[in-house]
Amino acid sequence: MFRRISALIAIGAIGMAMTGCGSDGDTGASSAPGGGDKLVMGFSQVGAESGWRTANTKSVQESAAAAGIELKFSDAQQKQENQIKAIRSYIQQKVDVIAFSPVVESGWDPVLNEAKRANIPVILTDRAVDSADTSLYKTFLGSDFVEEGRKAGQWLVEQYKDKTDPVTIVELQGTTGSAPANDRKAGFQEVIGSDPKFKIAASQTGDFTRAKGKEVMEAFLKSTPNIDVLFAHNDDMGLGAIEAIEGAGKVPGKDIVIITIDAVKDGMQALADGKINYIVECSPLLGPQLMDLAQKVVKGEQVPARVVTEETTFTQEQAKAVLAERKY
Amino acid sequence: MSRLLRHRLFWPFVILAGLLLLNLVFTDHFFTIEIKEGHLYGSLIDIARFGAPLILVSIGMTLVIATGGIDLSVGSVVAIAGALACLRISLLDDQSSTGGVLAAMALALGLSLVLGAWNGLLVAGAGIQPIIATLILMVAGRGLAQLITDGQIITINSAPYKVVGGGYWLTLPFGIIVVALVLAISAFLTRRLALGLLIESVGGNAEASRLAGIGAKGVLIMVYAFCGLCAGIAGLMISSNVSSADGNNAGLWIELDAILAVVIGGTSLSGGRFSLGGTVLGALIIQTLTTTIYSIGVPPETTLLFKALVVTIVCLLQSPAFREKVFHRRRRPVTAPPVAEKKVKVSL
Repeated sequence: MFRRISALIAIGAIGMAMTGCGSDGDTGASSAPGGGDKLVMGFSQVGAESGWRTANTKSVQESAAAAGIELKFSDAQQKQENQIKAIRSYIQQKVDVIAFSPVVESGWDPVLNEAKRANIPVILTDRAVDSADTSLYKTFLGSDFVEEGRKAGQWLVEQYKDKTDPVTIVELQGTTGSAPANDRKAGFQEVIGSDPKFKIAASQTGDFTRAKGKEVMEAFLKSTPNIDVLFAHNDDMGLGAIEAIEGAGKVPGKDIVIITIDAVKDGMQALADGKINYIVECSPLLGPQLMDLAQKVVKGEQVPARVVTEETTFTQEQAKAVLAERKY
Repeated sequence: MSRLLRHRLFWPFVILAGLLLLNLVFTDHFFTIEIKEGHLYGSLIDIARFGAPLILVSIGMTLVIATGGIDLSVGSVVAIAGALACLRISLLDDQSSTGGVLAAMALALGLSLVLGAWNGLLVAGAGIQPIIATLILMVAGRGLAQLITDGQIITINSAPYKVVGGGYWLTLPFGIIVVALVLAISAFLTRRLALGLLIESVGGNAEASRLAGIGAKGVLIMVYAFCGLCAGIAGLMISSNVSSADGNNAGLWIELDAILAVVIGGTSLSGGRFSLGGTVLGALIIQTLTTTIYSIGVPPETTLLFKALVVTIVCLLQSPAFREKVFHRRRRPVTAPPVAEKKVKVSL
């Protein structure tokens, strides 16, 4: 008897945990589509897995309010089925435009076809889909990861243009196989590859996390003598590596030049403190551009198939100047 | 010689030595240990330092597995402990106040102990299969950690907290000292006192143990609580090492590494017997493997394959059936007669 009761309790606990995850899955589905001539946008977000993503969500919500667009927002909790459900519900509610950041690249054709049949234009943000049929969506708004890698490489080439000594570079890659990791690596390699003095002595994955970044950098510091430059695919790995460099009795930013990508708050702080030398921005603040595109596609205007997020780069001086007003 | 060969930890030891040898060949200065910034510095120190959290989690896991159970929730407990400690410290007026940091750590460890005991209650009190009971906390706990950190990475700047995972004491990494302490205490409790026997007995046959007068439920709850505590300490170390708490990634998949370390160390998953020394050896093998991959520069795309290969070899060498098939067939004609002779001599 006791066993049976406790089993019931446990099932209840699992059930609660599951509904807890799913209940706030599509908050936008409840309210009816806005009447009148106000533009209605259904937006399905990946989740809230990082500070970057949270800033992304805020940007979309704030700029929708600013542009007078009614936003139906849903959080997919990293699950494709939640996103498909959310998109279907947007189609049923007959929203004017659907925007979403796909959790994964594949498996979108059926639901996007439904949207197409309902004559609702779709905009992809931040991440792409691998559908062969590009008529399924109007445009893809997001960062160009290859370009980010190139920008990092260009700054490095510029810094070392007067020197002829070989430059030993170590690289901390993002999660193996992920698009940002592959593209940033390729872009960086493309720029520095033209000059034989640049040599990538070691390159390992740090999984985009501080802990791994530190661990891998510790190993690099021992296996690769005289590291001149560290290129980390995101700020967090760079921040972990800084700790490793300090532990080895070297000065980050001076003994080892550090270049990272993202420009999150902690990274910008380190840049302002002189521990990082250069950061290429990967901006989550694509809300204003998204609203602009949405209004255009609803009016039936032509938009480019690929729109790159407006992004910049930061040196130490620039970081000091903008640090106070960074949103994320 | 043959007794050495048959020792339970002989093959894991050979693998560890082999990995180190690989580094001796491929990496310069791998065995160099110097004093830098007033503490020991070198690849071997790194292995011990980064391996410390895994060893801790594995020690707890060993005892749980010895009872015939398993604890999948350790990774989540690692994340929760780190998140809670960092959150409390970030709220302090003075992040470097030792008292405040100690209070935050005590709170985090207390919660870890409670979470472990909760697992134990589900297993012993409610009779739920350990793999299911701890799966609940594995999934829910990750969410709890994210709730504590609000989905963000909490960065702190606290010198006393930094000591736990990244600091040094008497030139030795503080983490290693903690591990040695926990190991000594658990070895004393389980091997000098009767506790180890009770755990093995519960793992062998819980019902028979109960009939023999052993409080099986109490033993189970205590073991799971201890495992939670170990995971909590590991969580403090991991977050302290990078001065930040990451609810999403801290301790991710560490439960699998810990289970692997336990198994490599010769503890049977079916319970009933365990080896703490073997577990430490197993955890060291895993960490050495990781460091080796970084040092000799295995490309990231093939890292997992390389790891899988080494682990497969370890497991095959650990399997008596496999060794029998491969080594014995060839060796038997040579070794068998002397053994027989010896036996005769002894009996005379």
